[in-house]
Amino acid sequence: MRAFLPNGSLRAKLVVQLLVVAAALAVLLYFTVRTTADRAAEATQDAILGAATTSIAEQLRATEDGIEVDLAYATFSMLGAIGQDRLFYRIDIGGKTVTGYDDLPLPEVQPASLAAAFYTAPYLDTELRIAVVARSMIVGKGPVPVLVMVGQTRLGQAAIADSLANRAALVGLGFFLLAVPLSLLSAGSVFNPINRLAEAVGRRGPRDLRPVRHPAPRELAPLIGALNGFVARLRGALSQTETFIAEAAHHIRTPLSTVRTEAEIALRQSNDEGTRVRLRSMIRGVETSARSASQLLDHAMVLYRSDQLESVEVDLATVAQNVARAFEPTAELKELDLVVEGEAPLLTTGDPLLVESALRNLVDNAIKYSEAETEVRIVLSRAVGMAVVQVLDQGRGLQGVPVARLTGRFTRGQNVGDVVGSGLGLTIVTEVAAALGGRFELTQRETGGTCASLFLPAC
Amino acid sequence: MRQLILAGLLGLYACAAQAFEVEDQRVFGTGSGAEIAVLSTTDTEIFAPLIEAFLAQNPALRLRYVVASSQEVYRAVHDEGAAFDLVISSAMDLQMKLANDGFAAGYASDAVLGLPGWARWRDRLFGFALEPVVMLASRRALRGLEMPRSRRDLIDLLRANPERFNGRIATYDPHVSGAGYLFATQDARQTDAFWRLAEVMGRLNARLYCCSGDMIKGLENGDLALAYNVVGSYAQTRLPDGAEGELPDIVVIEPEDFTVALLRTAFVPVGAARPELGGALLDFMLGVQGRALIDGVAELPPLDQTALAPHLRPIRLDPGLLVYLDQIKRRNFLGEWDAAMTQP
Repeated sequence: MRAFLPNGSLRAKLVVQLLVVAAALAVLLYFTVRTTADRAAEATQDAILGAATTSIAEQLRATEDGIEVDLAYATFSMLGAIGQDRLFYRIDIGGKTVTGYDDLPLPEVQPASLAAAFYTAPYLDTELRIAVVARSMIVGKGPVPVLVMVGQTRLGQAAIADSLANRAALVGLGFFLLAVPLSLLSAGSVFNPINRLAEAVGRRGPRDLRPVRHPAPRELAPLIGALNGFVARLRGALSQTETFIAEAAHHIRTPLSTVRTEAEIALRQSNDEGTRVRLRSMIRGVETSARSASQLLDHAMVLYRSDQLESVEVDLATVAQNVARAFEPTAELKELDLVVEGEAPLLTTGDPLLVESALRNLVDNAIKYSEAETEVRIVLSRAVGMAVVQVLDQGRGLQGVPVARLTGRFTRGQNVGDVVGSGLGLTIVTEVAAALGGRFELTQRETGGTCASLFLPAC
Repeated sequence: MRQLILAGLLGLYACAAQAFEVEDQRVFGTGSGAEIAVLSTTDTEIFAPLIEAFLAQNPALRLRYVVASSQEVYRAVHDEGAAFDLVISSAMDLQMKLANDGFAAGYASDAVLGLPGWARWRDRLFGFALEPVVMLASRRALRGLEMPRSRRDLIDLLRANPERFNGRIATYDPHVSGAGYLFATQDARQTDAFWRLAEVMGRLNARLYCCSGDMIKGLENGDLALAYNVVGSYAQTRLPDGAEGELPDIVVIEPEDFTVALLRTAFVPVGAARPELGGALLDFMLGVQGRALIDGVAELPPLDQTALAPHLRPIRLDPGLLVYLDQIKRRNFLGEWDAAMTQP
């Protein structure tokens, strides 16, 4: 995960961004509700205040001695009902205050129609919303302008708006709190595919260089593409190396055999003892090189095939017999008995070429390090869930050299200076065992000689 | 006696210092701490037990209790901005106007916010005692007649027996008494029967009084047969007990059609020097002990919503109270009243 994110955590970034958006929405919700509630409450209260003012204005009656004012108790009572607001009124007739609070602020613009007009003005220690209704009445000789004003504090309105806004704030807060786990969850689900991809790539074996085919969201396609490109280049480079080694080995082997043939002919024809010694040593050198080249080829083949493992049923007994038959001439040279015994058939699954390569190397080693006129036995048996091929010789044994060292590339024991070898044989065996899901063991026999055991999964 | 003289002297002193008319003034407690100033319409003797209990809880405090009429209380606060920490009055309309006009400071506590909606106006004005406005009738004077149980009964009774009630009916003079004006206007607001009753009373040459006490005295000495719209608590406290085994002569009647109930209210004025102490006293009055004292010792009915009888109509603390304070409205109402009272 971290490998994908050199600059902090994307997940944290995403969560923070989601939360910021949620918080912004919550705040927006609060202010929207607040404003709306305030306007709605104001409209409602204005309507009531306007109706009350109009009703007072309509109850004005012209009488012989002026205009009669009748304030209705219920009207006043009702006006105070919503928010227990303070109430002030003023009735002007002909420009003179006849009753009420004579210092109540007048409207800046004289209202024209009979409908109530509204304005906000400071009064005493507070601010009032005032409704004003203007009308004219016939008193005595002519029309007299009448102005009725009713002012009200708007604590009720503020309280309503506050309570609604507080509720909105609670909702917003709840929304935000809900957004916390949700954004964590959603960030998790967004990054799950990445985690799964990383896991899938991480689970691969050290030699698994197949392209990544893991299902992933569209957004990850470039990443996978890049990854696959990289894998392809890596595979290309590796296979180039292997091919190069194989080619090189092949190109070396062919001229070497020519050199060897020529040297043997020369050896046969030469009578000079000094020359013959040199020629023999030359033949030995050529033999070593040829074997190395051949094992390099083998090794390259093992590496290549274990990358693209083929899995078929293989009878180890058949393979062992074939290998034994192939080594018959070599064994005869040293007058060795090459015996295959034990269980037959002995089935395992894997790549037959790899199995054969491993057995060939084991038998080759056994023959190389055996004294003349001894016996090499290939024993087939079955252990717990494993098919076992043991190659037993009566040679010089391991002589205390750690097995791990012997199976490393190009390493050989200390007691083998007189035997031709490349140091790749046991490496190949170990790699085959690993590729096929088995293991390889090399032990010293109590009766002298070595026991090489290849364990492969039985089926 | 000495206390009375002292109170008188203090009253004189207060008169000199303050423009509004002080009826009585007394300082409670000897604590060295702060002094709470309370302006009230309730007589000192009625409130004294409550104050003493409050000071027993707060021994460091002193309390200056100033008694004035409801008009004077209004004047003191509205015109003179007199510095008191708590203003108590039975004139709900004037108290409401003071609160509406911004003379009451906000005060919030569990006790005041626990009051029912009709007994509280915002966080400014609070009722602490609920007093029914009742009729008082003399058994002697009504001998042989059925006791009236409602306004309709009363109207019928008066109409049927003009000779017995002529000149022997009493009520407040709304011109003079703020309380009388408030009760009359509330009656008029509640029922049309009020104007019929006023006319009947006018025809019977009803006598108009400034104060409850005078009406009760008139009933006791037999001058009066019936008093209409008297504050219940005064009636209860001032009525003499009947002789052994005999019912008291004066009967308190709560009209069954409806009985207006008056709230005694209090507020902390904006000019209070120690508003928190005024508030503390208010909390005490509304607390368990305060309620018990208001009920038991002061004999003012405490405010108890659960015990509200169905015929009781508490006057709500709302801006409707401002309507009858309007000078034109008042003039019109009193004009009507005079017309009903004075008949050819």
